[in-house]
Amino acid sequence: MRGTSLRPLWGWGLLALGLGGFPLLASEFYIRLATEILIMALFAMSFNLLLGYGGMLSFGHAGFYAVGAYTVAILMKKTSVPFFLAFPAAPAVTALVAAVTGYFCVRLRGFYFSILTLAFGQLIWGVIFKWSALTEGDDGIVGIRAPTFLTSSGGSYYFTLVLTAACIGLLWMIIESPFGRTLLAIRENTDRTQFIGVDVNRLRLLAFVLSATFAGVAGALFAPFNGSVFPTFALWTKSGEVVMMSILGGMHTFLGPAVGAAIMLSLDQMISVYTEYWPFVLGVILLVLVLFFPAGITGFVRVLARRESAGTRLA
Amino acid sequence: MLLETQGLRKAFGGVQAVSNVDLAVLEGDVHALIGPNGAGKTTFFNLLTGSLRPDTGRIDFGGREITALPPQQICRMGIARSFQRASIFPKLSAFENVRVSVLAHEGKSFRLYPRANALARGEVESLLETVGLSDQADQPGESLSHGDRKRLELGIALANRPKLLLLDEPTAGMSPDETRSTMSLVQRLARERGITVLFTEHDMTVVFGIAQRVTVMHQGQVIADGSSEAVRENREVQRVYLGEAGWFWR
Repeated sequence: MRGTSLRPLWGWGLLALGLGGFPLLASEFYIRLATEILIMALFAMSFNLLLGYGGMLSFGHAGFYAVGAYTVAILMKKTSVPFFLAFPAAPAVTALVAAVTGYFCVRLRGFYFSILTLAFGQLIWGVIFKWSALTEGDDGIVGIRAPTFLTSSGGSYYFTLVLTAACIGLLWMIIESPFGRTLLAIRENTDRTQFIGVDVNRLRLLAFVLSATFAGVAGALFAPFNGSVFPTFALWTKSGEVVMMSILGGMHTFLGPAVGAAIMLSLDQMISVYTEYWPFVLGVILLVLVLFFPAGITGFVRVLARRESAGTRLA
Repeated sequence: MLLETQGLRKAFGGVQAVSNVDLAVLEGDVHALIGPNGAGKTTFFNLLTGSLRPDTGRIDFGGREITALPPQQICRMGIARSFQRASIFPKLSAFENVRVSVLAHEGKSFRLYPRANALARGEVESLLETVGLSDQADQPGESLSHGDRKRLELGIALANRPKLLLLDEPTAGMSPDETRSTMSLVQRLARERGITVLFTEHDMTVVFGIAQRVTVMHQGQVIADGSSEAVRENREVQRVYLGEAGWFWR
């Protein structure tokens, strides 16, 4: 027991050191790429609370990401609310929107749940697209002025790193809590969970709202980082991205979706230098992965590690 | 009287699965519900636990009406159940299977803090010991043998500290040894913890071995009800079983 609990501690220490020291060594371009990876990692991990831990495949998660991003954008550009107030408002507004849409979604199971989340996600996109007076419609809201400490790529990176790490810590706490364990039970056997006296729909709703709230934080981080927000943030293809990141990285590992986000964004940068058919390459990678490594990359690494430790035990 | 149903009916299409059933379960009894396949026993259980709504009739438990309440509320009032095919949480360890139920009973399922690991340890361990699964505590539910899964499900049900335990064929598919130890466990629970048990079972040695009262269902209706001696001597029961299948007196 002691040995297994110490080793991850080392791992976390190294990760913290690497992430903390990264901007000192890397160029502007890579610092910005890393910042984007952190934001997408948080977005994907928030989504995976539903998919990997709750067994709920949402196809509308980008809707909440967009609500977070637009809340910051609208408050800062349209009402000149300062950033330090607009930023926390984003998860609050997202939670509210998720509570309303989730109320309907969590009543449905499986496939029907997925379709309704897709519908609500597209509805959010539609509202953003059409309500030009508030959202500037298709033009998006451009020229969001981040506070001075966020204008440098380093400052923006560290701000994102601290918030992402804090949110991931909270997600970890949630997963390890009685609530998180009960959510796993619902994933495993929804009916049985009712018969131990748990109000399944209420618990699923709480999971839905928590998951959306963290997606809202990710959106709120992206808005000042990007300087502009567009309706495409809410589009179902954006929702598809986090589904792919989770599957690619491994949805049954805590950090799996973050690994998926890092790989997808890095590949995007690398491959699109050579070919404009990057989605084709991504398609092939996903195909191979789903067929041969259904547990995702982290799942595969875990199997390898287990095999190795079994080997040393034998030797 | 702990549980009472009056005029309970449930039809699927044109079939009366449960037809005008009046049943009373006395507090502290081990009560068997028997009948040939398709007699309506499982449907009756599903009505009692809220998985199905009755077409007509009412159910009272501990002096309160529970007709058509949702399953989680009925469970919280003190009725726990097991299923014909053991229903567990396959990927969770035996320990976690029971813990999730203990946490639910303690009203902590919605807590976001502290870690579940810090809670309910002792209670879970003693429950696993009660059902004889201490050695398999870390095994995933899906890797347990058939008999152990059934015992695990019993542990999950007991974690709710029920007043009434509904067991749907608790020994189905078990070896004679497993059957004996499971039923003596059920008997012990009834005696030591004062849990009332209502169970269905096909094995008549088991039924008449531990039940104080027996109710016989046939084609959705109760055709006999009484002490196990009285039911054993009942002519109609003999006719139904001997006429259709010889297994009753096997």
